[in-house]
Formats: sequence, C-alpha cells, structure tokens
Amino acid sequence: MLALYVREVRLGIRAGSGALTGVLFFLAVVAVIPFGVGPDLNLLARIGPAILWIGALLASLLGLERLFQADREDGSLDLMLIADGRHMLALTVFVKCLAHWTANVLPLVAVAPLLGLFMNMPPAGLAAATLTLLVGTPAITFIGAVGAALVVALPRGGLLVSVLILPLSIPVLIFGVAASRGAVAEPDPFLPAFLILLALTLFFAVIGPAAAALALRNAD
Amino acid sequence: MRLAAEALSGERGGEVIFSDTSFAVASGEALLVKGPNGAGKTTLLRILAGLLRPAAGRLALTGGGEQWPDIRAACHYLGHFNAMKTALTVEENLVFWQRFLGQAQTTVSEALETVGLEDIGYLPFGYLSTGQRRRAAIARLLVSHRPVWLLDEPTAGLDRASEGRFAELMRGHLREGGMIVAATHLPLGLEGARELAMGARRDGHDAPIRSTP
Amino acid sequence: MSETANLTARLTALANPTRFLALAGSLLPWLGGAAVLVLVVGLGMAFAAPEDYQQGITVRIMYIHVPFAWLAMFCYTLMAASALGTLVWRHPLADVALKAAAPIGAVFTALALVTGSIWGKPMWGTWWVWDARLTSVFVLFLMYLGIIALTRALDDQSRAARAAAILTLVGFINIPIIKFSVDWWNTLHQPASVFRLDGPTIHPSLLWPLLISAVGFTLLFLALHLMAMRAEIWRRRVSAMRRMSARAAEGKLAEGRAS
Repeated sequence: MLALYVREVRLGIRAGSGALTGVLFFLAVVAVIPFGVGPDLNLLARIGPAILWIGALLASLLGLERLFQADREDGSLDLMLIADGRHMLALTVFVKCLAHWTANVLPLVAVAPLLGLFMNMPPAGLAAATLTLLVGTPAITFIGAVGAALVVALPRGGLLVSVLILPLSIPVLIFGVAASRGAVAEPDPFLPAFLILLALTLFFAVIGPAAAALALRNAD
Repeated sequence: MRLAAEALSGERGGEVIFSDTSFAVASGEALLVKGPNGAGKTTLLRILAGLLRPAAGRLALTGGGEQWPDIRAACHYLGHFNAMKTALTVEENLVFWQRFLGQAQTTVSEALETVGLEDIGYLPFGYLSTGQRRRAAIARLLVSHRPVWLLDEPTAGLDRASEGRFAELMRGHLREGGMIVAATHLPLGLEGARELAMGARRDGHDAPIRSTP
Repeated sequence: MSETANLTARLTALANPTRFLALAGSLLPWLGGAAVLVLVVGLGMAFAAPEDYQQGITVRIMYIHVPFAWLAMFCYTLMAASALGTLVWRHPLADVALKAAAPIGAVFTALALVTGSIWGKPMWGTWWVWDARLTSVFVLFLMYLGIIALTRALDDQSRAARAAAILTLVGFINIPIIKFSVDWWNTLHQPASVFRLDGPTIHPSLLWPLLISAVGFTLLFLALHLMAMRAEIWRRRVSAMRRMSARAAEGKLAEGRAS
C-alpha cells in the first residue's frame, strides 16, 4: 500500500502539471472576486473565508475525473480489481485518494494563506481558514472518488463529476466556512463546527472509498 | 491444482456472446482460446480473472489450498494494455507491481534481463517501442509468483526473437506446474497445448463451441 | 420452508418483465382512475375549506405544495429501495424502477419548489428565501438532476443502472447530513424569523383536505411511475431488437461472402 502511495504521488508530481494548474485556477478564482464585488476591504475580509473555501472546492475538483480513468486506460485498474483479495479494493481507493490529495490538493492548502492576504483576512482568520482547509479538503477528495468512479468509463466525465458531487459537498463547505469564520467573528463558535468538519471527513473517508470501490467493480 | 469451467456463458452489454463453454486445465497444462474477432475470447479471460461476472455457469480452482483460494487470487492477467505508467521508468513500474502484487519471485533486474530489457530499465516507460513495452509487461509476470497466467494476445507487437523467448518462458512456467490460458490468433509455440475454439454467432443463434483435446 | 420458496417463486414471477407488463397494463386504468377521483375530492374539499385568517386565499396552495414536497422525498426513498434491489439482488425490474422514477421525482421536486416560491411571495415578500427547508429541497432537486444526468450519460443499460443505484444510495446516506448542515447554516445566518408551516397546529378542517389530496397525488405518482416503467421496458426491448437485426444483417453478409 505504501508502494501504491509512493507511485501515485510520484505520478502526480511527475506526470503533467496537475497541481500547478490547480493552484493557478485557485489563484484566478480568488483574484476575480474583488472585480466582481468591488475592492471594499471590509467586505472582502468578511467574505474571505467563503471565497477561499469555494475556490479550493472548485480547484480540487479539477483533475478528479482522471483519478481512475488513467488507470483504466492503461490496464492498471484491472490489476487492482484482481488484487482485491490481497488489498481490499476500498483500501486501494483510499490510498489513491490520499495520494491524489497530497499531490494536487495539499498545494492548494499551502497557498491559501497567501491568497487570504489578498482578501484582507486577519492572521487568526488565515490560520483558521488554512486549518479548516487542511482538515476538510480530504472529504471532498473522498466524495469526489465516488463521482470519478461512476464516470470512469466516460471519455469526458469531468463536468459530470462536478455536477454529481457538488451537492454532496455542501455540508463540508458549510462547516468549513462556519469554522473559519467562527475563529474571527466573536459570537460564532469555532470548535463545534471544526469538530463536525473533522467528523465529516472521517465519515466520507469510509463512505467514499467503499462506494467508489463498488462503482469500479460494476463499471464493466 | 485444477481450473475448471462448467457451462460458462458470458455477456457483454446485455448480449450473450458465448454460452455453454466448458473446459478444464490442470497444473502444467496450457489452453489456447481461439476464434474470430467478437467470439468472446477477451470476455472469457475477463470472466476467468473475476473482472466480469459469468452470465451462467460455474468456475472453480481446486487444490490451491489457502494460498490460492480462487482464480482471481491465483492469476496474473496480461490484457491488451500493459498496465504501466508512461511517466515512470520501467524499473519503477516493475518494482511497484512487485510490491503491490506480493509473492516476489525473481528480482526486477533478473526479470528485465530475461525479457532482454536489462539495458533500458532506467528509461521512462513512455520512451519504449511497442514491442519493448509488451516485453516489460511480460516481465511483470515474472516478478511476482502466480500459478495461473491469463494472457490476452500476449505476443501482440512482439518480433520473432521475442516470441521465441516468451514461448520459452511459458514452457518454463508450465514445467514448474503453472497453468496458462491464452487467447490468441497466432501460434504461441507451445507443443501439446489444448485448444478451445470459440465460434462467432450468426443470425442470433449460438454456433457450436467445441473443445478439442 | 415451503412458504419462503413460494415467496421467492412469486418474486421471480414478478421479476419477469412480461408478467410485469401484463400486470401493469391491467392495474394502470384503476390506479389512474382512483388518482383522478381522490384528487377531485381532495382538491374540492381544499377549496371548500375555510381560509386562513392571516394568509387568506394563498393558504390553498398548501394543498398542492405539501403533497409535492412529500412526494419529492417519497420518490427518493423509493429510488433508494430500488437501488438496493439493483445492487444486492440484481433484480431486473429494480433498475427500471429507479430509472423511471428519477424524472418524475425531479418534476415533483421542481413543482414543490415552484409552489413554495409562489406561496412565499405574498408571505415573505420575495420569491426566494434561503430558508432551511427550501434550501434542502433545492439540494435534493440538484441530486435528482445529477442522477438523471448520469443515467443519460452512460449508454450501456446495466452499467448505467448500477452507477445510478450507487449514486442514489450515496445521496440517500447524505440526505440527513445535508439537512442537518443546512439547518445549522440557516440558524447561523438567519435567526428564525421566517414563516414556518409547522406552527402550533393545523386545524382539522385544513388537515383532512390536505391528507386526501396527498393520497391523491401519491396515487397519481404511482400511476405515472408504472407508466414510465412500462415505457422503459418497451424502450429496452426495441433497442435489443435493433441490435439483433444489426447482427442478423452481419450474419447474412458473412454467409454471402462464404458462398
């Protein structure tokens, strides 16, 4: 399993520029917001966490459809399905999700504080937003795995993946933004929302790979 | 060990492609699946590998003990695709599969030597020619031990010399008590291998399928 | 022992699409007739019911809005049950049921949203409020559309059916979470100032017409669902026949070449 993780991360870094494209997309999304809502720094500081979260959510959907498609096209997926008895398929999917997250989503989390500065967010808000992204974005990858597995046979399934999983990722978005806002806006609580976010990630870490494994097994 | 299929039928996209196919392969035996395009050779191999469900019939691997409970656990599957990543080197690809599949047999460098790729193991897989890619995929069969080899057009893209070398590899695998089920148009150079002829359907009726000993 | 065998046999008999078609054909007129009858009675009672002292005539939209919202959830539950049937028992009718129900469910959900919005205009002074209930139903609507998009995108029938079944089940597991998080989000952003239906109590004079029209719409839904299932089975037969004739043509060609 460690071998799989290493291979996937290596592929993510070496093959193409998925992570870089994702970061650029994130940057572009965050950069266009002030043009839309105006340069009012107070307003930007207020909606900052939401913008960071929505940008990261959309950016982490990029490239998700390749999660299993690349393996299907070169035959690796067949071997992973056959190896089910040795490495449970859901676990294989889980490791692939972790590797995908490491290679493609972790860079987004890393640049989030920088982009938060554009949004005039206070240091505490930056830290909270980054922390919630760190904890919450794996959940999006795990749900995304279900979508990626469902459209694995479709040549252009990328858009469909987003359509399928955006409604399901609403809870993650709600609690991610609520927690990062709670850290700065006084009456709102940080810890409850943060803990629920953590619980959501753990929940999707189970449901996502299990459903994705089921979908992959039925994809043929 | 013995692999037996009884009255197997397979379907693709809701259509029955072949039906009532029975055969058995014992240790040290090879079965060549022959037939025209669309006869269901690939479907049969995928059913054997557990990638597809048979529409009817039974499949069993007996005598494998705890280590090889079913065909899926006991097989190497070499399909149309090589299951290698073009961005990784040949060695990295093989090391990954060896660790992922377990049951290490020969080392990666020995396997590469056997298929004649020992000098280019450091190259990314994407730089290899079609024949070299196929040989790298064949090296995967060697790095991990599996008693059953399911081969789908294994010699596609190989030249004469490599074909001969691959035939030698298969003979070695059979001598050690392995089994081979191969779908192929071309002769594989396996003497005494049994053949399973699969017929294409016409007019929606099943052509007779016979197994010649 | 014999009873379970009997039950299995009966289920298998029902699984036979031909048997199902015959049954659906004889059931449909009765179901449709009953739906029309109950709806006429229910809606008639609704118009005879007293007006609300606060909301006036607009309260009457409740008699269709609430059944639509109920059916939006009922249909999704039915789809989740069919999804289990597809994945666990590989029941051939289950995926037909799932595929046929999705567009009907989407329409009922859309109607619930539209009637809710029309009702909301005089109540809230605006067409749309990000009220917890409306928002949850809106997310449900998006999920329906996702399932429909997925079934349309895959052309292999059985593959599409299993993919849709998995998506439906994942969505079903998520519905409580979405509902909970939308409620949380709503209380965080809007202190409960909006009008809510689940006020103190509903007077019996309003409740009876509501229940009857809910039953009527449910019957209507069942009739539509049976009809859609029948159409889906016929559609599959037509495509199977087309594929067979394509094959037959190829066979003739091969024979011509051989001779």
